Amino acid sequence: MTTVKLDITAEHCPMTFVKTKIQLSKLQSGDILEVLLMEGEPLQNIPKSAREQGFKVLDVSHVEGQVHKVIIEK
Amino acid sequence: MEISDILTSLPVKEPKKLSIISFSGDFDKLVATFTLATGAAAIGYEVHIFFTFWGLDAIKKKQGRAFVGTGFLPKLFGFFMGGLRSAPVSRLNFLGLSPKIFRYLMRKKNVATLEELVEAAKVLEVNMYACEMAMHILGLQKSDFIHEVKDVLGVATFLEISEGGRTLFI
Repeated sequence: MTTVKLDITAEHCPMTFVKTKIQLSKLQSGDILEVLLMEGEPLQNIPKSAREQGFKVLDVSHVEGQVHKVIIEK
Repeated sequence: MEISDILTSLPVKEPKKLSIISFSGDFDKLVATFTLATGAAAIGYEVHIFFTFWGLDAIKKKQGRAFVGTGFLPKLFGFFMGGLRSAPVSRLNFLGLSPKIFRYLMRKKNVATLEELVEAAKVLEVNMYACEMAMHILGLQKSDFIHEVKDVLGVATFLEISEGGRTLFI
């Protein structure tokens, strides 16, 4: 099991979703993806769409300012 | 009440499917097409893009101006229409200067450029199709398009593919 970090705080729609999806597709089942993202659209929708696609959202936490961390298990 | 009765009474959830008819070859409208397509594909939608008329320019192998097509008039049209890199903006094109300004601004503001969006669509396996009728008029062959173009279709097959999802005309 490996943990991969992805920072999409500087990205905009649709690349926030695109980069998360591409990174998830590269992982093996059971691997962990830690995504740093901004509040608003990415925070509202990335955990939701990950769940809808059958991934497990293990944690959503506030880091600092507008930055949040979402931990997804493939 | 039997379990089978409960299951049949549950609301049927529509499949998450987005179909886009890409008619315009304009830079800004292609950005809209590929933004929607890649965003939808990334959040789990099945995405189909049907390229027709000017939209076919976006999927040509030769992205600049080239005499693509069979016959004198189609070749001439092919040259003036060009490919993805010569797509004009729909307003205030300023003889082709505006797309260059847009590309510069998109890079500067860290927004995906049209070329990056097209590459993302390929990686996300967005289904791309070319319109048989428009190809016939413009003298284009499937081999004139990028290899990600899955098939050449007509109206009936497109309607069948898009059934049960949302369809947009851009």
